[in-house]
Amino acid sequence: MPEAIRRLQAWAERRLPALTRYKRPESLPITLHRRRVYIVPTAFGVAFTVLLLVMLLGALNYANNAALLLTCMLGSASATSMLVAFRSLHGLRLTTIRQGQAMAGERMVIQLVFAADDHAHASVHADMDGQTETFMAPVRTETWVALNLATTQRGWHPLPRIKLWSNWPLGLFHAWSWIHPDHAVLVWPRPELAGPPPVLQGEHDLRRRLHQGEDIAALRDYRAGDPQRHIAWKHSARHEHLLVKDFEQPEAREEWHLDWRALPPLSPEARIARLARWLGEAEAVGRPTALWLPGEDIALGHGRSHYVHCMNALARLP
Amino acid sequence: MIRIALFRRSPRVPLEARPFDLLCLTVAVVLAVHAAHMPIWLSAALAATLGARWWQRRRYGGRAPAMLKLPLVALLSGVVIFYYGSLFGREPGAALAVGLLVLKLLESETARDARVGAAFSCFALMSALLFDQGMVATVLVAVGLLPALATLRALEPARPVRPLARELLPALGLLAASLPLALLAFVLVPRLSSPLWGTPNPGQARTGLSEDMSPGDFTDLLTDDRPAMRVSFEGALPSPSRRYFRAYVMWNYDGRRWSHLGIGGAPAEVEHGNGLTRYTVSLEASGQRVLPALDVPIEAPERALLSADHEVLPTRPVNDTLVYTLRSASSYRLEPRLDERERRRGLRLPAGFNPRTLALAQRWRAQFGDNDSAIVEAAWKLFHDGGFSYTLAPAPLGRDAVDDFLFSTHEGFCEHYSSAFTVLMRAAGIPARVVTGYQGGYWNGLGNYLLVRQSDAHAWSEVWLAGQGWRRIDPTAAVRPERIRLGAAAAATGDAGGWSPGQWWLGWRNHWDVVNRWWNQGVIGFDTLRQHGLLTPFGLHDADPGMLGLLLAVGGSLFAALGLVWAMWKRSANDPARASMQLLERRLASLGVVRRHSEGPQHFFIRAARALPTHRAELERLMRTYLELRYAYDEPPPELLKNFRQAARDFRPRRMVK
Repeated sequence: MPEAIRRLQAWAERRLPALTRYKRPESLPITLHRRRVYIVPTAFGVAFTVLLLVMLLGALNYANNAALLLTCMLGSASATSMLVAFRSLHGLRLTTIRQGQAMAGERMVIQLVFAADDHAHASVHADMDGQTETFMAPVRTETWVALNLATTQRGWHPLPRIKLWSNWPLGLFHAWSWIHPDHAVLVWPRPELAGPPPVLQGEHDLRRRLHQGEDIAALRDYRAGDPQRHIAWKHSARHEHLLVKDFEQPEAREEWHLDWRALPPLSPEARIARLARWLGEAEAVGRPTALWLPGEDIALGHGRSHYVHCMNALARLP
Repeated sequence: MIRIALFRRSPRVPLEARPFDLLCLTVAVVLAVHAAHMPIWLSAALAATLGARWWQRRRYGGRAPAMLKLPLVALLSGVVIFYYGSLFGREPGAALAVGLLVLKLLESETARDARVGAAFSCFALMSALLFDQGMVATVLVAVGLLPALATLRALEPARPVRPLARELLPALGLLAASLPLALLAFVLVPRLSSPLWGTPNPGQARTGLSEDMSPGDFTDLLTDDRPAMRVSFEGALPSPSRRYFRAYVMWNYDGRRWSHLGIGGAPAEVEHGNGLTRYTVSLEASGQRVLPALDVPIEAPERALLSADHEVLPTRPVNDTLVYTLRSASSYRLEPRLDERERRRGLRLPAGFNPRTLALAQRWRAQFGDNDSAIVEAAWKLFHDGGFSYTLAPAPLGRDAVDDFLFSTHEGFCEHYSSAFTVLMRAAGIPARVVTGYQGGYWNGLGNYLLVRQSDAHAWSEVWLAGQGWRRIDPTAAVRPERIRLGAAAAATGDAGGWSPGQWWLGWRNHWDVVNRWWNQGVIGFDTLRQHGLLTPFGLHDADPGMLGLLLAVGGSLFAALGLVWAMWKRSANDPARASMQLLERRLASLGVVRRHSEGPQHFFIRAARALPTHRAELERLMRTYLELRYAYDEPPPELLKNFRQAARDFRPRRMVK
């Protein structure tokens, strides 16, 4: 049954574009206006209508005008609630979409920013990709709605269609509107799990030399396999165990000049995954990095924004 | 990812505390409006169950123990069957519905349960109106709808949260907004001309007139202050001594009890003059098959017929308030020629009762010979001068009730007097019968109608005199004339006037009664007939259901259009700075400087200043003010806004003359 309905809907979208034009991508801001808000009764609404009909019939049969009056009031209130349902979507405006950061395979947090210009909108649901987020948009305030987007591969990921719906106020009517923002989010490449460290050319020997005046915090216990020349003999003499001069800390200051061309001949995706891993490792220890990519040359830098810049560049690679 | 909302099963959303509280409130209201006709122990037990469930969920959470549910449902059904004898019918049905609603609460744990509960509560509230459709009851039920609607509203997630009492306000607003459409539908929904299935029998006994009468029966009735009917007259109000409303005419007497016969044959001939009184009666539900009519009705309204004795008998018992219009003759000769069979019926007395009364009547007959009027006069004198007194608590009477009354107790009220008088007349050979109905009433000047209460119930006699036909004789008037002049209340207290707190109370009640009458006539009495006559002012004399349906559709569409205008109405004046800016844009656009989409205000103003060099200084000032207003503050000072609005209003650019 659902399969048949889906096929029918797909056919309708193909054959009757007028019916579905508001499902096509469009640019922001998107305002929900009367032509794109649809309403049907909910299952509860249908059942309630049947109940009202029974009450109407009973009141008419027993010529009970008081009951008839109240049945009319309930029916009228239900009809009015349809207008309220319409109004709970009508005029809502999607102004901006802010994307979070996510690597391929992770869920990316998308922030939809809604504005209510005229009146508050209560109990609005946003459906995207099978998840539902419910929110209330007070009047003349920005409302941020966070949704998670499943990602599969790096690069530009167009946003799926989003259904905004509401059963406000009595749950008798289901008002909905499709929005399809013409907006894509950038998904970062997934780093490879393990691999060699970057082969650094040029001055890396110079850089590996220990800095003078290294304090005791840079010493650690000896582990099997540590080179002999790293043992801090003088300090070890005062301790029970051998101490080793730790090279991790000084290495953090070392700059990595990552270069697309210097990578071993791998497939482009594998190269991207490797670069992503190195960038991640460098970011974790605060190491300055520079990145050369075909079509983009990013100068030496460090910090979160530099990392984001580099990852975005990686993600954008063809 | 495409899903069809209509076919999707909503997930089991757990029920929050607030909607549950509101649902409990709804059920409590349902219980309250039904308590009036349920046995008190059942109401109390259900209320206790409701309270216990509310406390249990608040304290511990979760549903009530499942093992309780089935036994409780069985217990409820058992109790209802035991008490009422059946599960079907109005009372047992209502009791069962209310009981099941309370038990439904025990397992209400999801939003869906609460929805079902709220919808069913609406139904149960409505069914309370089958018992009483008075104004107070209707308003109570309407108020009961508020928590039901508030429950449904509270079930929607992400809504403005407010204190419990204020949760009811939006529901009130919704009901108020839907009132015009509801009234339109109420007026125009075509009424059924005949019921589709049987109407319920009123189970409980109502006090009121009944088809038979034995002295002492009216005691309950004469202390009952509820309205029996309201009468508005076209033309002059009949004088108090003429305000006799006939209901039943009683021929049969078995020594104790007078009873009504039935329809008989064709209405007896009545000769009357031109002085007909036309009046409209709004009769409260009585459960009886009689429509009281001013003495003597000459026609019957629709769905009623005139009996041989000129009783107005409806085809169905009066189970709801009924409005009818009649004409009556005040001076008349009813049945001037009495045939022999009727005459014998009018003289029949049970054998072996009341020997002293019979002897007295025989003595009068011997004394006055053929002069029937003299015998009537003698009986009247007997009541007037024989030491009789009017009381609502007379001494009990024995087997020969009339003998006891006439010769020993000497006290009683209308029933005793009319019964004794009629027996005396029959014994003397004058055809006579007892008539019951109402006499008197309170004239409500505010509403221009006569309010007749149950306590105005009365019984009198009619005797047949040659040449005069049936003539009304009210022996009570001989004993206590105030009863006729001032009404039952005055007669009972013996207080013919003066001020008392009771009177103040009575006055207030009579004012309140105007509202009730309006309700009875306007709402309850709005039947097929009145509906069909609805459009008479517009030249349509008989609005048939098709026409009504059409009007309903047109009116409904009108309201839908109004509603849509409301729903799509945008208040653009929300932002005064923007409104002023739009004013400027319009004025500049008329001179050819149209603001482009995505053009910033600064750019726009500069472009406008370039296009209109004469207004350069003014435009630059406007630009600075607007930019400051918009971008310099989080909360711009109000005088800045005032300045900008003033400047925008005053800015009247002129086209340059080149």
